Amino acid sequence: MSRNVERVAPFAFGLIALVLWQGAVWVTHTPSYVVPGPVDIARAFWEAQGALGAGLLSTLAVTGAALLSSTVLGVFLAVAMAASPLFRSAVQPWAVVVQVTPVVAIAPLIIIWVGQPFLALVVCAVVVSFFAILSNTAAGLAATPPELMDLFRLNGATRWQVLFQLSLPYALPYFLTGLRLAGTLALVGAVVAEFVAGSGGFASGLAWEIIEASYRLQIPRMFAALLLLGAAGVGIYALLGTLERVVLAWRNGA
Amino acid sequence: MFTLSGIGKQFGNGTKALEGINAEIAPGSFVALLGPSGCGKSTLLRLLAGLDTPSRGEISWGHAGRPAAGEIGYVFQDPTLLPWADAAENVYLPLRLRGVSRAEGMPRVMAALAQVGLDGFEHAKPKALSGGMRMRVSIARALVSEPALLLMDEPFGALDEFTRHKLQDDLLGLWRRTGKTVVFVTHSIYEAAYLANRIMIMTPRPGRIATILTPELPEGAGRRNSAAYHRLVAEITGDFQRIMPA
Ligand SMILES: Nc1ncnc2c1ncn2[C@@H]1O[C@H](COP(=O)(O)OP(=O)(O)OP(=O)(O)O)[C@@H](O)[C@H]1O
Ligand SMILES: [Mg+2]
Repeated sequence: MSRNVERVAPFAFGLIALVLWQGAVWVTHTPSYVVPGPVDIARAFWEAQGALGAGLLSTLAVTGAALLSSTVLGVFLAVAMAASPLFRSAVQPWAVVVQVTPVVAIAPLIIIWVGQPFLALVVCAVVVSFFAILSNTAAGLAATPPELMDLFRLNGATRWQVLFQLSLPYALPYFLTGLRLAGTLALVGAVVAEFVAGSGGFASGLAWEIIEASYRLQIPRMFAALLLLGAAGVGIYALLGTLERVVLAWRNGA
Repeated sequence: MFTLSGIGKQFGNGTKALEGINAEIAPGSFVALLGPSGCGKSTLLRLLAGLDTPSRGEISWGHAGRPAAGEIGYVFQDPTLLPWADAAENVYLPLRLRGVSRAEGMPRVMAALAQVGLDGFEHAKPKALSGGMRMRVSIARALVSEPALLLMDEPFGALDEFTRHKLQDDLLGLWRRTGKTVVFVTHSIYEAAYLANRIMIMTPRPGRIATILTPELPEGAGRRNSAAYHRLVAEITGDFQRIMPA
């Protein structure tokens, strides 16, 4: 009973908020180019569904490609850092530098250097998201119990056996946490890059939908694109959260 | 089996853990390394296993030579099982690492599990096992490659009294059946007195061997209540009163 109530609560709250919002817009006669009501937004969404859908797909494609690349890059760097202290001390500061530099600041450079627009967007999103995977995976690799390392050594295990049969499986939960964080970060990175690219005349993704709607003062459509972006973020987070739960339950199941 | 001559160990940070350890360990003996916390028992055990090297002195291994990979069974203070693998898979690990096929290895895994009284629990994951059962899996993992030398580092330290007594009796039975050489680290006077036929009493850091006792207790059910056992406990207690700084 109480579990069901808890599950329904966010939707009920959202619905009530929507009703109040629409009511307030009606009562105060606020024009839709200032604050559109939910009905206006729904209409805008319906009318522009083709363009918005295409924008969403394009943003998700960038996010997905970036997440994959971040996984490969982050895990590779984490493993290399765990294997070689020299590599770690050489690379770690630079990874932090890349991480703390705001992506808006380097996106124009990346877009000029990379040239190919889709690739440039992916690179920007990777810059934002790979560190979450790198640092979490590295923490997981470092958390491998030293006794098990000793046990592997006593039985003549090779470095690869230690890596694939011990360290990486131990790092899996940490990696999955990093992946979940990286998912939303990659989306943010993709949208920021789209904004930068959009201001340079390259039209792509949900960011472009927002820019274009704002140029034309189509505020309901802008809201529709924004909401879609929010939904995409929640969706990615929920999806990766489910992945994390399922994988860990399957791994640790009694 | 092997001889320790003049073993000393100083760590990189300057900590002197061991100094002037001389001892001879005969094949088939059950040796207890007994000493207060921090006296270097684990350090000595790691030296025997080859997980670390002494900074002074040497370990000579007689004509059988230094045990190869898998010829030493090592039981840690915690069970340290792979949490994602079931009991059988955990016990199979040492064999798998040395390339023993599943077909050849699994019967040995089952035998090792049976030896520690865990038949029927092959497919239980560590989370589904009690602390004592996890320790048994860990012991089975050390036994599966049938090592001639079994090194155990306070394996029963974290268990309750009842489980500990049971596992101690099981270990004694196993040792008598198989004739393995056992080096057993403990900081419990009672445990050392009950199990070992050779007790090395160590001083506080830096660890040296203060005394070596070679007790003979009656075998069988009466052992734990025998007068000889109680006398031995009293004797070791007296030794420690002399060794430990007031
Ligand atoms: N890798 C290491 N580096 C530096 N000092 C160490 C290291 N390992 C152990 N020591 C030190 O060596 C001493 C002996 O440690 P050791 O773990 O062998 O003690 P122990 O007798 O096993 O103690 P306990 O009964 O508490 O397990 C301690 O003072 C410890 O701090
Ligand atoms: Mg110890």
